[in-house]
Amino acid sequence: MASQDIIARSATTTAPSSIRQQEEVAKLIDTTKCIGCKACQVACSEWNELRDEVGHNHGTYDNPQDLSAETWTLMRFTEHETSEGNLEWLIRKDGCMHCADPGCLKACPSPGAIIKHANGIVDFNQDHCIGCGYCITGCPFNIPRISQKDHKAYKCTLCSDRVSVGLEPACVKTCPTGAIVFGTKQDMKEHAAERIVDLKSRGFDNAGLYDPDGVGGTHVMYVLHHADTPRIYAGLPDQPIISPLVGLWKGVTKPLALLAMGAAVLAGFFHYVRVGPQRVEEDEHPSPPDASVHVVDPAVHVYDPNRPGGQGEERP
Amino acid sequence: MTNHWTDIANANLILVMGGNAAEAHPCGFKWVTEAKAHNKARLIVVDPRFTRTASVADYYAPIRTGSDIAFMGGLINFLLSNDKIQHEYVRNYTDVSFIVKAGFSFEDGLFSGYDAAKRSYTDKSGWGYEIGEDGFAKVDPTLQDPRCVYQLMKQHYSRYTLELASQICGMPADSMRKIWEEIATCSQPGKTMTILYALGWTQHSIGSQIIRSAAMVQLLLGNVGMPGGGVNALRGHSNIQGLTDLGLLSNLLPGYLTLPADAEQDYNAYIAKRAPKALRPGQLSYWQNYGKFHVSLMKAWYGANATVENNWGYDYLPKLDIPGYDVLKMFDMMAKDQVNGYFCQGFNPIAALPDKNRVTAALSKLKWLVVMDPLATETSEFWRNAGPFNDVETASIQTEVIRLPTTCFAEEDGSLVNSSRWLQWHWKGAEGPGQARTDVRIMSELFLRLRERYQRDGGAWAESILKLNWPYKVPEEPTPEEIAKEFSGYAVADVTDASGALVKAGQQLAGFAQLKDDGSTASGCWIFSGSWTEQGNQMARRDNADPYGMKQNLGWAWAWPMNRRILYNRASADPQGKPWAPNKRLVWWNGKAWGGTDVPDFKVDAAPESGMNPFIMNPEGVARFFALDKMAEGPFPEHYEPFETPIGINPLHPNNKQATSNPAGRVFDSVWDSLGQAKDFPYAATSYRLTEHFHFWTKHCPINAVTQPEQFVEIGEALAKEKGIAAGDRVRVSCKRGHIEAVAVVTKRIRPLQVNNQTVHQIGIPLHWGFTGVTRHGYLTNTLVPFLGDGNTQTPESKSFLVNVEKI
Amino acid sequence: MNDKPILRYNANERTNHWLVAILFIMAALSGLALFHPALYWLSHLFGGGPWTRILHPFMGVLMFVFFLGLVLRFWRANYFIANDRLWLKRIDRVMRNEEEGVPPIGKYNPGQKLLFWTLLLCMLVLLISGVVIWRAYFSSYFGIGSIRLATLLHALAAFVLVLSIIVHIYAGIWIKGSVSAMLHGWVSRAWAKKHHELWYREVTGDKQPEPPINKKG
Repeated sequence: MASQDIIARSATTTAPSSIRQQEEVAKLIDTTKCIGCKACQVACSEWNELRDEVGHNHGTYDNPQDLSAETWTLMRFTEHETSEGNLEWLIRKDGCMHCADPGCLKACPSPGAIIKHANGIVDFNQDHCIGCGYCITGCPFNIPRISQKDHKAYKCTLCSDRVSVGLEPACVKTCPTGAIVFGTKQDMKEHAAERIVDLKSRGFDNAGLYDPDGVGGTHVMYVLHHADTPRIYAGLPDQPIISPLVGLWKGVTKPLALLAMGAAVLAGFFHYVRVGPQRVEEDEHPSPPDASVHVVDPAVHVYDPNRPGGQGEERP
Repeated sequence: MTNHWTDIANANLILVMGGNAAEAHPCGFKWVTEAKAHNKARLIVVDPRFTRTASVADYYAPIRTGSDIAFMGGLINFLLSNDKIQHEYVRNYTDVSFIVKAGFSFEDGLFSGYDAAKRSYTDKSGWGYEIGEDGFAKVDPTLQDPRCVYQLMKQHYSRYTLELASQICGMPADSMRKIWEEIATCSQPGKTMTILYALGWTQHSIGSQIIRSAAMVQLLLGNVGMPGGGVNALRGHSNIQGLTDLGLLSNLLPGYLTLPADAEQDYNAYIAKRAPKALRPGQLSYWQNYGKFHVSLMKAWYGANATVENNWGYDYLPKLDIPGYDVLKMFDMMAKDQVNGYFCQGFNPIAALPDKNRVTAALSKLKWLVVMDPLATETSEFWRNAGPFNDVETASIQTEVIRLPTTCFAEEDGSLVNSSRWLQWHWKGAEGPGQARTDVRIMSELFLRLRERYQRDGGAWAESILKLNWPYKVPEEPTPEEIAKEFSGYAVADVTDASGALVKAGQQLAGFAQLKDDGSTASGCWIFSGSWTEQGNQMARRDNADPYGMKQNLGWAWAWPMNRRILYNRASADPQGKPWAPNKRLVWWNGKAWGGTDVPDFKVDAAPESGMNPFIMNPEGVARFFALDKMAEGPFPEHYEPFETPIGINPLHPNNKQATSNPAGRVFDSVWDSLGQAKDFPYAATSYRLTEHFHFWTKHCPINAVTQPEQFVEIGEALAKEKGIAAGDRVRVSCKRGHIEAVAVVTKRIRPLQVNNQTVHQIGIPLHWGFTGVTRHGYLTNTLVPFLGDGNTQTPESKSFLVNVEKI
Repeated sequence: MNDKPILRYNANERTNHWLVAILFIMAALSGLALFHPALYWLSHLFGGGPWTRILHPFMGVLMFVFFLGLVLRFWRANYFIANDRLWLKRIDRVMRNEEEGVPPIGKYNPGQKLLFWTLLLCMLVLLISGVVIWRAYFSSYFGIGSIRLATLLHALAAFVLVLSIIVHIYAGIWIKGSVSAMLHGWVSRAWAKKHHELWYREVTGDKQPEPPINKKG
């Protein structure tokens, strides 16, 4: 995407470019239509040329087990029994949510390593990434991963390269059931509203849209059968917010800390100017010591009366 | 499929049973979601496991593997006794009123004519209609005659009560009733149910009869020939439909023509037997054109050498000495040292066939084995010791294996036939690697060399090879276009068709209506006739226009026969020729001709008053509840237990051991000893595919391997607890034929079932792993599958067998 | 009158101190580079962002190791004694360079002792939290919650440490003679008596201190 599209930039305290007016886009993942076929995982690997390792089966359908630098999206399967005893197999495509208020971007110390485009896409620029992993700390969804090969952070780009030339993300293109759709955020909300009406008619009274306010809304949204309990979908946060720990650590605390350090230096300087240095004056010379006193500092434990030169070194 | 993929969107109710469409056909499954989104359709899933399809279903109920006929039989009983049938449809378009011969009977699980020693129905003479003096079948339109099909069917299924069906299936009775009630609503003319099935129905010793029972339900509901209806086989390979269409079975010729038997030396008798006269007045009995299809095929094969003197090449055709040389038979013969060499073309038998150890032993007896495949298959390395996964003694195997690398489908032009019967042309995406050659190239060169040898050295019955027509520009590699044009058909001499149109010699035919039995036309596969006309390659069309909004898309590719999208579509209109319901209009009579949103599967100018009925391929013109003598195990589907049954008896016939499992199932003598019993192997196992993989191919693809890297089996939580197995543990799954080891996926999705008053646990065993490829190597799942099958199709019983499970 | 100076730090101690000091400067500058965008330019001192990220933890660990050397040498001298409380109470007088009423103290004044223990605490926190957030080797062993907490604690401890060191440095500039003590090792007797009288007496054996009230400003 062009640099004019960037409306937020990590570790940058001045206003970014904001000339372009773009509609916000969103990817809508309808968990109620998803069959967990992993075609999106494959499409993501194909388009982005990612090849994760052939792992192991750990007793579930989830494979790979977790996101990695080579796996930017994956299906998380949960077997859930409702209070009425009905079994549901909840399948959620996990990956970057492209928050309107991205915790990763907030946490990133490297200028321009994380950017937010005017259309809402949050993208990592590996060229500027220093590999510190603060983005992971900042992400309420625990999404970015550091590559152990190049020590750069990676995550879903929402196929920003495809979107910038008018294509949908690869996962959307490949989804066989239409469970993943893409368009303007407004259109996606309307589409979701229709889906929710249908789901309610099928007995899912708590069907709803997941577009959490705590991160300013997201550009990847879910339709959930049970929007009242997002956590049952393999730990989707009920109310994601940028961790208060991260808020404490970033936010206003750091400028204040810098200020405090600067103030300490200044305080010293003015103390020096006003009070002045402490000098030892000549008349304060102590009386000559008794010759029997060793001129050593016992605290330093270098004195050995039985050893020549045990007084330590000679005065220069 | 009687219907097709996009037509699923027209359904009001979708029953997925004997298949897992979301898992195995995720792309086609989009039409289910379309139906749900735009048609308010409901999706019901019945399966031993809570599948990926079940995860998006409106209702799911578990069923014991192999008990589907009990479910369907109970449903037939439910529909009949609650009067939930489409009366006018059933009365007019089915055989309910036909009188069955007095010789037909059914007693304690066996139909009349059974020969226990031969384990088959040797006398099917009673399995037919009473024929009147006029040569037509006798009917009773009042349906009161106790010998009419309606009364016999009613009587047959009266035994399938809700309670008994529930006991056999292990499905809770209230779930079963709920599903039946919902299905029953589709007897309304404006409402249709589609049934989607796959190998979960075919791979049983009673597979064909399960499917027939589903067809009977659909006929009772008036859902055959209707948009959003039908009985729909979701085929497992992209071109497996094409395989059967082109007759690549040992007893078939292309277009479902049949190879003659040894006894059929008389050409005219061969034709006459296959071209039956109408059994009711005014019926079309379309197979009366058999001779035209056959002669045109022979002209395509033998060209000018097929003459009236040699019965149009009939004399060159091989005649079968036994009913068929299907794969089970071939490997049984191989094991008996009766086969010297074997060609595996795109076939991985030690992985795909049942009882891997038996198949390996059979292959070890061959002198030579040729494997034509794009991949290094397990079969091509069956002699290699791969540790526990293929523990063979290499030195003892003397078979010479020759591997001929072929291109894969994406590396060649051509057509594929999908489940919808659409012939879709595709274009090469990349060149094949290394020395890979197309299958056509390899087979052509083989043919040319054989022909040369026969020319030079002669040999027994050389004409069969020497007289073949080989008109291709490059004899070593006929092009896909040349072959496609040949199977579609061309005029050998100038011909004039029924409408008076002239087709000049050498021109492409417009369709099979132009075929002749006088040697003036050639068509390599009559049902494909019309796929490449003078207007060009119809299979390459990609127009998805849908002028009626009925999802028929007649401009997309080309469907056999004659671009008809829904078979029997005349039945979508009432006897007067009007659609049963405005929202289900497909074809109708416009006063002069049939037409509409689909190509009529009917005589286009046969007015409704003529009384011609929609099922034109049947001589009686109507659909059959009573299968006559067409099925191996009887005219009505009857529930029989899998050959390895977890309950030991057939609850319908607890005292008749002959009727426990399919009395006419395909079991070789040597196989009985390899069958286990519930006391040793207590759990009902079923094998299946996963969406992440395609058979044994994609384990060679890194990305597929990443998404499903290692062999596993699925075990219900209750059994896992009993056995002390935790998710991720390694377990050994064994049966009398061998064992596999895999990771345990412990799941809530498989629940213990109450069957015949005992608890039955089921085990799920996916099959994609082996000892080649980039996934973690594993065991071939078919090590566990018994070497027996359906008596009609010879399809193995891969979906129901007994195992034991232990934690390693 | 004996004007022979007293050895306050021997060569090993001085070396150790300056190694810690240099490593601190590097760790602090590289840490500050990642602390706030306004200071990101500091990363260029280390060869850019990635090198800063790579080097910082090694510098930190080395700093900790050498600091441990100082701890082993000096921890006894940093025990608090009775006079320290009064000294701290009269810190305002100390700050005004007044000596009236400021009690004599040992080798280290309580301010230095506080600094010593603060540094030790900060270094420990930095080490432990630093390991948790060290992506290249250790983070995979910790949950996201621990990592978040560690990140916060790391920044907090670093802040306190930097602040403490600023005070430490200034104290060195303010108290003439202390920098040279750390550079050359020697202090004058007068210096020792003035700033660390108890220590002075200890090393010289002078048991007769002048009463503190006689001290002149």
